[in-house]
Amino acid sequence: MTTPVVPSVSQAVFPLSIRDLTVAYHRRPVVWDVDYSAPAGKLIAIIGPNGAGKSTLMKSCLNLIPHVTGQVQFFGRPYEQVRDQVAYVPQRTSVDWNFPVSALDVAAMGLYRKIGWFRWVTHRYREQARQALDRVGMGDYADRQIRQLSGGQQQRVFLARALAQDADLYLMDEPFAGVDAATERAIVNLLQELRSAGKTAIVVHHDLQTVQQYFDEVLLLNLRLVASGPTENVFTSENLKRTYGGKLSLLDQVGARIAGQSG
Amino acid sequence: MNQYRSSQPAPTATHVSGGATGERDRFAPGACPGNQQHHSNPSPFRGEGGRRPDEGANVASASASHRSNPSPRPSLLRGEGEFRGRLLVPIFAFLLMFFGDVFTVADAAESSSSPSATWQRVVLLQDAQTRIVFLGTTLLGICGGLVGVFMLLRKQALIGDVVGHSALPGIAIAFIICEIMNPGGGRNLPALITGAFLSSLAGAICVMLIERYSPLRADAAMAMTLSLFYGLGAALFTVIMRIPTASAAGLSSYLNGKTATLVVSDVWIFGIAAATLSLLTLLLLKELSLVCFDDDFASSTGWPVRLLDGLLVGMVVSVTIIGMQTVGLILVVAILIIPAASAQFWTDDLRKMLAASAALGAVSAGLGTIISALAPKLAAGPVIVLCGSFLFVISLLLGPQHGFFWIWRDRRRTRRKMAQYDLLRACYEWRETASSGADVTDLQLISTKFSTENLLPMRSWSLADLNRSLARAQANGLIQSRTTGQWQLTPDGAALARRSVRNHRLWELYLITYADTAPANADYHADQIEHVLGADLMQELELRLARWNQSGLPASPHALNPSTGPDAPSQQ
Repeated sequence: MTTPVVPSVSQAVFPLSIRDLTVAYHRRPVVWDVDYSAPAGKLIAIIGPNGAGKSTLMKSCLNLIPHVTGQVQFFGRPYEQVRDQVAYVPQRTSVDWNFPVSALDVAAMGLYRKIGWFRWVTHRYREQARQALDRVGMGDYADRQIRQLSGGQQQRVFLARALAQDADLYLMDEPFAGVDAATERAIVNLLQELRSAGKTAIVVHHDLQTVQQYFDEVLLLNLRLVASGPTENVFTSENLKRTYGGKLSLLDQVGARIAGQSG
Repeated sequence: MNQYRSSQPAPTATHVSGGATGERDRFAPGACPGNQQHHSNPSPFRGEGGRRPDEGANVASASASHRSNPSPRPSLLRGEGEFRGRLLVPIFAFLLMFFGDVFTVADAAESSSSPSATWQRVVLLQDAQTRIVFLGTTLLGICGGLVGVFMLLRKQALIGDVVGHSALPGIAIAFIICEIMNPGGGRNLPALITGAFLSSLAGAICVMLIERYSPLRADAAMAMTLSLFYGLGAALFTVIMRIPTASAAGLSSYLNGKTATLVVSDVWIFGIAAATLSLLTLLLLKELSLVCFDDDFASSTGWPVRLLDGLLVGMVVSVTIIGMQTVGLILVVAILIIPAASAQFWTDDLRKMLAASAALGAVSAGLGTIISALAPKLAAGPVIVLCGSFLFVISLLLGPQHGFFWIWRDRRRTRRKMAQYDLLRACYEWRETASSGADVTDLQLISTKFSTENLLPMRSWSLADLNRSLARAQANGLIQSRTTGQWQLTPDGAALARRSVRNHRLWELYLITYADTAPANADYHADQIEHVLGADLMQELELRLARWNQSGLPASPHALNPSTGPDAPSQQ
């Protein structure tokens, strides 16, 4: 992070390219025929209503959910070959925060792959994990048991774990969900820091109000990909209506905002 | 391991004499469990209560008295309904032992050895057999403690129970196969253990499959599998009872355990298992904890989650198989889960928790063994479980992490502290309304006299609450009583009053400024959070709200006493 290194490979190929991806739980498809190539060095939001398959799309890219058809490549290669270049931040609520580990232990989990089988987390790696915590403003809480952290702090610990992986592409599932203002600012700063270091971040996002402010690219998803591309082209009230259907009050509000900003 | 089995097939006088000779360096098999558990005997554990060799004569009389009731149907599966009242198992076991002892009090009276000598021998582990049993159960306790932590953290505490019960059909099938191949030779230990292992594994896999591929959740999957396998085992056992050549004697030791008959080779196996499990735990600490904490992340970073999960199940199966012969398959879940559950109350660090769990497992096993050796009527297995439960209760009450006692004490402290601050704030705010919202100095505070009538309308508290708070504040030197019903703050009290009002209002303003919390809500939360959060947060607030004059106090953002008080002070 100290020296902004632009990964050589990311210039040539897309950090993430999805071809005709269809994912199904049992017989019901939840993501249909998604086609998307993420440009390098951008902050990309995946937005869509509840149950639109945002998290599912992300998980199936990472092979956590098997996909029915389609192909996913990271940096032009299958995921198994480039795991070190990809960091995943699951939803905060997906784990039990009563688990008997400290914030530092969680951040160090991002280094486990580097440490390898059978070895313990040595002092050197603990220092790296501490640096990752410092980057999200959680250095002072390193030794706290994770249950004692607030929701926003827990989210930042999760981000620190991904930072410790030192990847080129970050996939974050709802990092802004239920966090306090301080954490939201910390995450936004972090995202911008990552972008200026040439990294790419794809973020499942739920707050339409902040999409334009935070993200360069948008994927509008509702089972199928409604639209994707640079925020200024794609984040239109028409596209939002096509994505969200009839939830008009919310859309009008955002539509008015969009109109106000472009006018 | 085969040694004690060899003396068992004939559940009659032969084994009694074997025990009475006391030649072998081990307990005599007290009685052959399979045939001893008939209806007149309320305790399924009685049959395996071990004796030291010199007490073999008592064994003979005890066994004879049981055999006098010729029940035609060996009731191996009298415990069929036991999984229904799982929580009651330890209590049930205790009652059984209690009544078992009452029924055999006559036997005890015949005991010839002096009690104090017995005591000394047992506690100092002078008996070779006691030493063996002690070592064996302690090692088993360590195994159970280590593996149990991961099961607990993987939210699969009951998998040990499933695995234990799932062993039953395996044992039965292995027995039947051996019986078919070699009539009368059904009790082939390696075959039985293999059967138990395979069917335990099948049970565990069954749970995983149901969980993964059906909408049922883990608890339902476990309950289903457990009852299915246990039912199957029960059915097969009734078949075994009808095989004419079969001597099913001793099979029930898998149900109820037979600690007293542990031999040196068993201890070796336990030792190897304990060493292997400890080594695996040490080597795979980070891998296993990662899988237990966040399997999606583990799998996204390339760790083989299913392999590690399978390894965990394998560890559980091995502990269950070796524990089954000691405490019985019904209680084996206890040696897996009780130490781990207790350890959670002592530490919130995984490494320390593993150590604590292993230690608690070892202590409860060792203690249980010694108690059961001191009271030969008590079978070791249930006593071990009871000792574990006892340690659990101690942990639950006194464990530094969420022990009930500490929670109670902290709550009381917080309540008192809050009451104290509330009182001081009420004093300040009363003085503040009296000077119509202007800042109040320490000097003004000290020189003001308060009566309970003044303070009572400031908060929603009863006169009794207020008087209690005043008395406590007086004891703490914060306030002093002047004439009757007149109170005055001490310099300490005045300083604390100003500080707590300031903290409180900063926090209130923070909530109002940065969160969408209405002023009316802010007061309520501030009362809670101010006392719960420490100085570091206060510092953060001070930085955040630096625009407020540090020395002065910001005005309260809401009316101080909306019901009865003067007009709300104007916002600064």
